[in-house]
Amino acid sequence: MKTLDVRVWRGGAHGRYQGFQVPREESQTVLDVVTHIQRVQEPTLAYRFACRVGMCGSCAMTVNGVARWTCRTHVDLVAPDGRLEIAPLRNLPVIRDLVTDMREFFDKWARAKGRFQGRRTRREDFERVAPDSEARKQVDAAIECIGCAVCYSSCDVVAWNPDYLGPAALNRAWTLLRDVREAANPERLRAVAGDAGCHACHTQMGCSERCPKQISPTAGIAGLKRAAAAAALKGEL
Amino acid sequence: MSARREALLWAAQRASAALLALCVVVHLATMIYAAHTGLSAAQILERTRGNAAWLGFYSVFLLAVVVHVPIGLRAVLSEWLGWRGASRDAVLAAFAAVLAWLGARAILGVFL
Repeated sequence: MKTLDVRVWRGGAHGRYQGFQVPREESQTVLDVVTHIQRVQEPTLAYRFACRVGMCGSCAMTVNGVARWTCRTHVDLVAPDGRLEIAPLRNLPVIRDLVTDMREFFDKWARAKGRFQGRRTRREDFERVAPDSEARKQVDAAIECIGCAVCYSSCDVVAWNPDYLGPAALNRAWTLLRDVREAANPERLRAVAGDAGCHACHTQMGCSERCPKQISPTAGIAGLKRAAAAAALKGEL
Repeated sequence: MSARREALLWAAQRASAALLALCVVVHLATMIYAAHTGLSAAQILERTRGNAAWLGFYSVFLLAVVVHVPIGLRAVLSEWLGWRGASRDAVLAAFAAVLAWLGARAILGVFL
């Protein structure tokens, strides 16, 4: 039987890799490999997953040096030589083994004012949003984020500037900025502009390269920069 | 205030970058022309002295440099050295003044 040579991170920030031999299966995903190790070989291995179908965003890990959603990453794709090195996501504190502390990541969504604030009440009619309008198309291109933090983990600016809100939070802010129903955009623009916000982005596009949902946070961040510049020139920022 | 300042600095850096793209091309073309046609220093000075067009062009070039370089260095100092705040900005303002002085000296040197 063919086996995979797997090294898995164990412990906290100062841990080490532990080696495992895992049976190779057809259509095997990286999450299948981790699950096999935890269920058959090492029950104390900590990792996080939920839906297994690429919807929940909880199973992201660093696989052979690259942040990926493990439930939709086939071993064929990332380990043609049968070797896997699986580590927790970069740029987030490690709790244990493959589990990171996501609090800072989601706190930054809140700091970027990622919560929708509409103008209308439930007693009023729905707002009409034309599906082919430019703003709606821009929202469509960015709205499918599952909050997996692959972009955040792949961003060098996050590593250099720990206050930087990061691609996911800024992408969320961009979808709300382009939402015609949204009421809190002036405050949102103030929250996302500046040294810790969109202006810190160097357009390296690590986030856009790695996003498993093919979103381009870089494009949204560029849109935020343009909007912030326009508002600043009008004295509205 | 910080958000507004950052947004305006970003706009200034973009605008100065657009100017630099043009100015650097013209500057390089001029240098290559001067070198390849074997113009002497005296012949070059003959063309630049009292020439308002060259004075105007290099003044715009210098302005773009003085705006662009300190803003770029600002990000480098923040990210690589963790240096932020008023002290960094004061040093960069002084650096911009030095750039402006050196550049103005060079421009006037071939104009006057």
